[in-house]
Amino acid sequence: MTGTAAPLFAGTSLNARDRKIEWLVRALLGLMTALLILPVVIIMALLVVEGGPVISWEFLTTPPVDGMTAGGILPALVGTVWLVVVALIASVPVGVAAAVYLSEYAPDNWLTRAINLAIINLAGVPSIVHALFGVGAFVLFFRFGTSILAASLTLAVMTLPVVIVSTRESLQAVPRAFREACWNMGATRWQTIRRIVLPNALSGILTGIILEVSRTSGETAPIMFTGAAFFLPFLPQGVLDQTMAMSLHLFVITTQVPDAPEALPFGVALVLISMVLAMNALSIAFRVYVRGRKKW
Amino acid sequence: MAEPAAAPAPAAIATRGLNLWYGDFQALFDVNLHVKQGIITSLIGPSGCGKSTLLRSCNRINERLGYVRTTGSIEILGQDIYAPEVELVQVRKQVGMVFQRPNPLPLSIRDNVSFGHRLHARGHRVSRSRKEELVEDSLRKVLLWDSVKDRLDTLATELSLEEQQKLCIARLLPVKPAVLLMDEPCSALDPKGTAAVEELIWELRGEFTILIVTHNMAQARRASEETVFMLIGKLIEHGRTEDVFLNPQHRQTADYIEGRYG
Ligand SMILES: Nc1ncnc2c1ncn2[C@@H]1O[C@H](COP(=O)(O)OP(=O)(O)OP(=O)(O)O)[C@@H](O)[C@H]1O
Ligand SMILES: [Mg+2]
Repeated sequence: MTGTAAPLFAGTSLNARDRKIEWLVRALLGLMTALLILPVVIIMALLVVEGGPVISWEFLTTPPVDGMTAGGILPALVGTVWLVVVALIASVPVGVAAAVYLSEYAPDNWLTRAINLAIINLAGVPSIVHALFGVGAFVLFFRFGTSILAASLTLAVMTLPVVIVSTRESLQAVPRAFREACWNMGATRWQTIRRIVLPNALSGILTGIILEVSRTSGETAPIMFTGAAFFLPFLPQGVLDQTMAMSLHLFVITTQVPDAPEALPFGVALVLISMVLAMNALSIAFRVYVRGRKKW
Repeated sequence: MAEPAAAPAPAAIATRGLNLWYGDFQALFDVNLHVKQGIITSLIGPSGCGKSTLLRSCNRINERLGYVRTTGSIEILGQDIYAPEVELVQVRKQVGMVFQRPNPLPLSIRDNVSFGHRLHARGHRVSRSRKEELVEDSLRKVLLWDSVKDRLDTLATELSLEEQQKLCIARLLPVKPAVLLMDEPCSALDPKGTAAVEELIWELRGEFTILIVTHNMAQARRASEETVFMLIGKLIEHGRTEDVFLNPQHRQTADYIEGRYG
């Protein structure tokens, strides 16, 4: 080495090239992320700008009138709540129980693995297939007719795999050491589950359920042939009634009612998406709250 | 070495021809272990030689893994624990286990200690003062009472590791086990914690039969009356601690004690 000695740790041309690549990769990945977020932002902006003016207290609390070209969305709103609640009542106990069995009791053998695989695959079955199953099983075979019951059970069957998978994951996130500690004091499986495993998995289970609710409330196909009506200006009185629903109502006024004012579908969509987002926000808030209290 | 000949008490733990497989992998080979009642026995051997496996067989906690298979027999206090009439819960009550990483339950200190008791006192009404007494007794016995008596309702997971490990021992006491299995109970602790827990184990001697796994030769020498040496799934040597350390009968034992296996 002659001449002026380079300072210690000075960069070389290779470093400069690496830095350029680094910058490029970062820019590219960032751009992809932006592309991902963009549609969501545009949709939300569009809905708020176009649909915002439609929304009023009256819009939320009155039924549609004039061949669904005017008035509010009350029956659809109430109907969606009915459908979701009944679906939850049907799917949560079964799903949680199945998940507890699979995670805590089932021996680790090929049959259990096959069942787990089947559940994951079931989650991928298109909703229209579930709709047809619902018609065959609940509407016709069990003779529930087109009703909230039939529609909700169809939704329940559709959401079951997801409830099972998310519950099982929450259960398995509870450290094994807790279970062993309990067994060691002579606790039975069930005592262990009830006193330690379930309480500690509860937050995860509930989060999963809330996310399910938000997904269920937007589904159209499974309820279209099983219990949701195009137009029904009354509120449902029981589970054997038909009902309007937000998702189907949106579909109907966009495609089947040519002279509906243009802003109307945007308004309905805005209410629907707000319901979903509110539910998701609730689940996130809940998760953050519980995580803050958890000490392990 | 003259043992009293009259009325030989049954061994705390006696295994006969114990083999254990994890799937196709054999972890224990024809182990014949005989642990005497009322003393501390330490179990030493290099990593992976099957110490934890042997311990976990003694309260049948390995069974949860579907792919574990055992042959041979294990007797606790003279009773074959694989006999059909044996209730698993009763075995676990008699054989308490302390793990390498302290694993307090995510409950308050008080509830951790009374957990086992609550499980087994179902149906009987236990007075509040009796429960308090039980918690105090157990915590006193593990030398923890004075440092936690003012915060019994805080989460046990917030204690220091040393305190957690003591608590894990304390919560076994209300269940009244006869045998305590300890799997490297000090390995997650600092030297001060180690000394404290060792002292505690020594205090419990006599009242319980203790089988303790350790990687710490000095600890085995200090704290146990008998020592068992294992190597790749086989029981190599079992004798009084000073004999095993000063006058080992097997080459492998000597090599291990002198640190040739690491
Ligand atoms: N759950 C398991 N499934 C498969 N193999 C296992 C399992 N647990 C242990 N083994 C194997 O069995 C052998 C004995 O393991 P074990 O944990 O009993 O050893 P150890 O003597 O306790 O070791 P260490 O001192 O590291 O704790 C090891 O080779 C290990 O890889
Ligand atoms: Mg081990």
